[in-house]
Amino acid sequence: MTTTACFIVVSKNDIPIYEAEVGSTVRQKQEQAHQHQFILHAALDLVQDLAWTTSAILMLLHDSRNEDGIKNFFQEVHELYVKTLLNPLYLIGSRITSAHFDTRVRALARKYL
Amino acid sequence: MIGVGKPKQYGNVLDKPLSRGRQEVSLSAFAFLFSELVQYNQTQVDNIAELERRLEDAGYAVGARVLELLCHRDKGNRRETRLLGILSFIHSTVWKVLFGKVADSLEKGTEHEDEYMISEKELLVNRFISVPKDMGAFNCGAFVAGIVRGVLDGAGFPAVVTAHFVPIEGQQRPRTTILIKFAEEVLRREARLG
Repeated sequence: MTTTACFIVVSKNDIPIYEAEVGSTVRQKQEQAHQHQFILHAALDLVQDLAWTTSAILMLLHDSRNEDGIKNFFQEVHELYVKTLLNPLYLIGSRITSAHFDTRVRALARKYL
Repeated sequence: MIGVGKPKQYGNVLDKPLSRGRQEVSLSAFAFLFSELVQYNQTQVDNIAELERRLEDAGYAVGARVLELLCHRDKGNRRETRLLGILSFIHSTVWKVLFGKVADSLEKGTEHEDEYMISEKELLVNRFISVPKDMGAFNCGAFVAGIVRGVLDGAGFPAVVTAHFVPIEGQQRPRTTILIKFAEEVLRREARLG
């Protein structure tokens, strides 16, 4: 299974809070990583106009079509995000730097994608 | 056999399951905590406006989190996009989660298009607080106003929210009203969405 995916959590004002590259292929070239980010940001504008969600948005660029898996993945990551938010010392909209969060997201990505 | 029957310890808060929300906190514990919050802020500021602003900021943080938590827990990650929707969400769901009951009433302001009011006969946070005469119109409901503002801001409806006392004949304690005044862009967007 050679799926790669780039996953970004974007906050209000279009600031990325969290980014991760997940995939089962070998390390991608730097260039491709940048391209993924670019595509995601472009998509962000379209999404905002249509759905008008102004709080944190979860965006995923994916190769394979796996609707149900993606939906579950998003639900789980959203739950993780809510738990991160509940920390009163966490400023909403700032970058998520916790290594634990990172580990959990990657584990979820491997499980659902 | 120490350690047998110990409840499962989670290494990190992210591993802990999100609570189902049936928990209750003791009223006196909350009253003490809130009165301490007010007293602490009193020592830090010189005037009433600043004190109200600090209480509001404290409430704002709570409101933003309550919104995300409730959206995830009760509404299956669907977000309210309409004005009336978000107002009734605050009036019933948020109030129920925070105070155990729905708010007393939700009204639309008569003078201005962009004003709405949520009223409560006896606001929980004000129940054990007495305001001395020299503090004038200070209202600890500023904390609740902050919560409402946090929820609205998080949902994308910027607004100015304040708390006021409204004296009622025949009753000794005045009713508390939370006044919500929406920003221009909210009304324009509402009109555009039709």
